[in-house]
Amino acid sequence: MDLGPHAVFIIWAYVGVTAAVVALIAWIVLSGRRVEKRIAELEAQGVRRRAEKTT
Amino acid sequence: MTLDVAPKPNWFARIANPSQFLGWSRPLLWPLTILTAILFAAGLYFAFLDSPPDYQMGNTVRIMYIHVPNAWLSQFVYGVMAVSALGSLIWRHPMADVSMKAAAPLGAVFTALALYTGSLWGRPTWGTFWEWDGRMTSTLVLLLIYLGLIALWRAFEDQLRAGRVVAVFTLIGAINIPIVKFSVDWWQTLHQPSSVITPDGPRMPGSILTPLLVMMGAFTLLFITLQLKSMHTEIRRRRLATLERQRAAAAEGAK
Repeated sequence: MDLGPHAVFIIWAYVGVTAAVVALIAWIVLSGRRVEKRIAELEAQGVRRRAEKTT
Repeated sequence: MTLDVAPKPNWFARIANPSQFLGWSRPLLWPLTILTAILFAAGLYFAFLDSPPDYQMGNTVRIMYIHVPNAWLSQFVYGVMAVSALGSLIWRHPMADVSMKAAAPLGAVFTALALYTGSLWGRPTWGTFWEWDGRMTSTLVLLLIYLGLIALWRAFEDQLRAGRVVAVFTLIGAINIPIVKFSVDWWQTLHQPSSVITPDGPRMPGSILTPLLVMMGAFTLLFITLQLKSMHTEIRRRRLATLERQRAAAAEGAK
């Protein structure tokens, strides 16, 4: 489609927003995974919360 | 006669207790993600293929479909943080702290995007990328407040103490929200006044209003989905911190 004389502004606006949103999603998903991995490591080493030890 | 000593958790406990919260909100993530994706697909379809160029602005009106949702979120996310701050200070609600912390980076990104798309829209429409007028300056201040709150969270080792301090500053910073909102009415400005929610109804035709509303819905759902996921991660991060302390204590004891 023809976006007219100001196409470059429209395209850059959408490209910028897409890049930022994708980066935001990636950051949130990856930090979630990093935390889960570390918890799994510690639990594998036998570290438990005190509340769980008694049960 | 037997007494039921373990009553079912009430709604407040279901929100306030971290494990309970994880239990009921985790299954919501995928449906929310799919719904967000569908709304974005529909929104982009309307924005590019099923809406006309504006009679004055031409095709640059299409920037509005991403500018207005980000600008709306920049204020809405702050609203979520301010309500969480109240929940944290008044009811000592554990999830309120988590919600405050999760929302700050999201708010910062949406505010930055509102400024970014605004300046790309301003250049062809007003002839300038930036003008120190009320709306733009107060939105820039909003971005700085978000960044300040993120820095404050990181300044404290003890996240419970950080929560108390951040909550107070979040409420102080909330004074800026009405300034952003009403700046276009208070001062003579380049930025146009509200045109969706007005006493006379929306001041734009349906063909332009539809993509705008669909995109606002899509961005709002995106925020809700990311907020929920970030809150889950934050709950688990606190659990991780407890485990790390446990391990350190055990290592100390073994010496």
